[in-house]
Amino acid sequence: MWLLGLAWKNMWRNKTRTAITMAAIFFAVILSVLTSSLKDGIFDNLIKNVVSFYTGYVQVHKAGYWDEQVLDNGMKYDKSLDSRILAVSQVTGVSPRLETFGLIATDINTKGCMVVGIDPDREDKVTGLKSKVTKGTCIVPGDKKVMLSEGLALRMKAGIGDTVYLIGQGYHGATSAGKFEVKGLVRFGSPELNNQLLYLSLEDARELYSAEDLATSAVISLSNPGNPGLTADALKQQLGNEYEIMSWEAMLPDVKQHIETDSNSMKYIQGILYMLVSFGIFGTLLMMMVERKYELGMLVAIGMKKSRLCALMAIESVLTVLGGCALGILASIPVVYYFNQKPLRLGGEIASIYERFGFEAVFPTSISPDNFISQGIIVMVIGLILSMYPVYKVLTIDPVTSMKR
Amino acid sequence: MSDIVIDTHNISRVYNPTTIPIYAIRNVHLHIKRGEFTALVGPSGSGKTTLLNLIGGLDKPDEGQIFINGTDITTLSPGKLIDFRLHNIGFVFQSFNLIPVLTARENAEFIMLLQGKSKAERGTRMKQLFNQIDLEDKMDSRPGELSGGQQQRVAVARALASKPQFVLADEPTANLDSKSASNLLDIMDKLNREENITFLFSTHDQRVIDRARRVITLVDGQVATDTNVIDTSAPH
Repeated sequence: MWLLGLAWKNMWRNKTRTAITMAAIFFAVILSVLTSSLKDGIFDNLIKNVVSFYTGYVQVHKAGYWDEQVLDNGMKYDKSLDSRILAVSQVTGVSPRLETFGLIATDINTKGCMVVGIDPDREDKVTGLKSKVTKGTCIVPGDKKVMLSEGLALRMKAGIGDTVYLIGQGYHGATSAGKFEVKGLVRFGSPELNNQLLYLSLEDARELYSAEDLATSAVISLSNPGNPGLTADALKQQLGNEYEIMSWEAMLPDVKQHIETDSNSMKYIQGILYMLVSFGIFGTLLMMMVERKYELGMLVAIGMKKSRLCALMAIESVLTVLGGCALGILASIPVVYYFNQKPLRLGGEIASIYERFGFEAVFPTSISPDNFISQGIIVMVIGLILSMYPVYKVLTIDPVTSMKR
Repeated sequence: MSDIVIDTHNISRVYNPTTIPIYAIRNVHLHIKRGEFTALVGPSGSGKTTLLNLIGGLDKPDEGQIFINGTDITTLSPGKLIDFRLHNIGFVFQSFNLIPVLTARENAEFIMLLQGKSKAERGTRMKQLFNQIDLEDKMDSRPGELSGGQQQRVAVARALASKPQFVLADEPTANLDSKSASNLLDIMDKLNREENITFLFSTHDQRVIDRARRVITLVDGQVATDTNVIDTSAPH
């Protein structure tokens, strides 16, 4: 117990030195937590933009649909298939869709777009559709109305209450054409989606494209989005070879690769950060050992066992490292929270590069506690490993040479 | 118990033994009896500090043996040597070397903490020692609040706290003014006379030499003279 007391007193004998060491650890934790939170936040946002807001974590299609995405490759979607999908554990919701490309026209403009027939309530449960409505209201089954993504509405110069025409090819080559009123506008984070999506009810889409009981995909929400591959495997077993089950990683390989590449770059940045921190901490430890060389030699000379002296140095280091880590974690909470609420936004060329990947150049931080804990632990372990240096020096100390002036 | 506390048998300490050997200490044969008040003198580089380090178990001789109260310390392992020093030897260094974050009392009782002595035991001993060094009113002061002489008196208290066989003092008055040095010497002299504590000093200081009752002169690592001074002040 007296060792602990002495260690505590020793920590504060040179307040500047202790403050420098603690500050090195403090800023290391903040930067490290911020980097890690930013990394996770960017990827979460990317996945949210592209995956959870539209693609879904897992999709069920008729086998072969993904390679040739036409209505003729759609699947019969009935209650039986619906309940078989929902029976798989981890599946929390399923939304059948009828998706095809078509032409949208107004009195002044015509453009290609992605037409998506949906069950609004089920789509809302899976992708949070209603939260994306920015103007007007959400469509309801059979109301013969549509919702346009904001970018598409802007290009078509169409607003709420305007009429749009849909022209395309229906099931088995049937010609399809229909007139619909714009009921709402929706906004997507992904510019690619925001510029081309049109929603109408599944019922109206089936009628428009002469595709009774048909769905091209069933979009699935999961209780554990972190591992969609597991649920995809379970669905494969449940539904058999007649269907293809795809996780978002398989559907969007570009996005997955982008995440992996960026994740690796972030790891290098964090590695460099850890190295800088290590040098910072080690520098102060070196300074401390030089300052206290004479005193440590004297303590061994008067009869303090090296094991006790090692324990004393280790306690001092642990207290300093723990203090720096704890303060760093506490201080990083408001910083990370601030950047979560007010994310960094990039503009110009960089933003357009990101948009090419299909998501907006917005970088929020993740407020997951895992980042605070894991980064705190990593910096603490670095600090504790470095604090082995004073212990090593004590073990090899020679009182005669240490006490030479 | 033997009357001889320190007994060195032809000890030598050689630096650079494989190239150009330099003898810091050469064939020193020395007996120091309990209760002696001895000064080790000689010019700079004569080997005073080296001999003190050897006797204190801080360094090992290349040749010869050192017996402290009958124990050959040259055969002890480094760990056992630390333990031996803790229980048998008191050290007073030239530059006080008190731990700045501890009070005078905490510095002095530090050795007893290392020995695992109880709080009560430490309390009694500290009271006695601080009374002897005449610093009872400064027990709770930190080293920075004490003068050089007072700090060195605390260092003496620390050296004596473990009730050692003898005290080694390396130039204890080198950093003190005349008054403080005289005061310190008075205290050590008193402790020697009243409690029969053995002191061995290495010193250049004539004031210390004048107080010593035995003066050993080292020249080039060898004992040149060993003189017992007639003590006219000793009680008969």
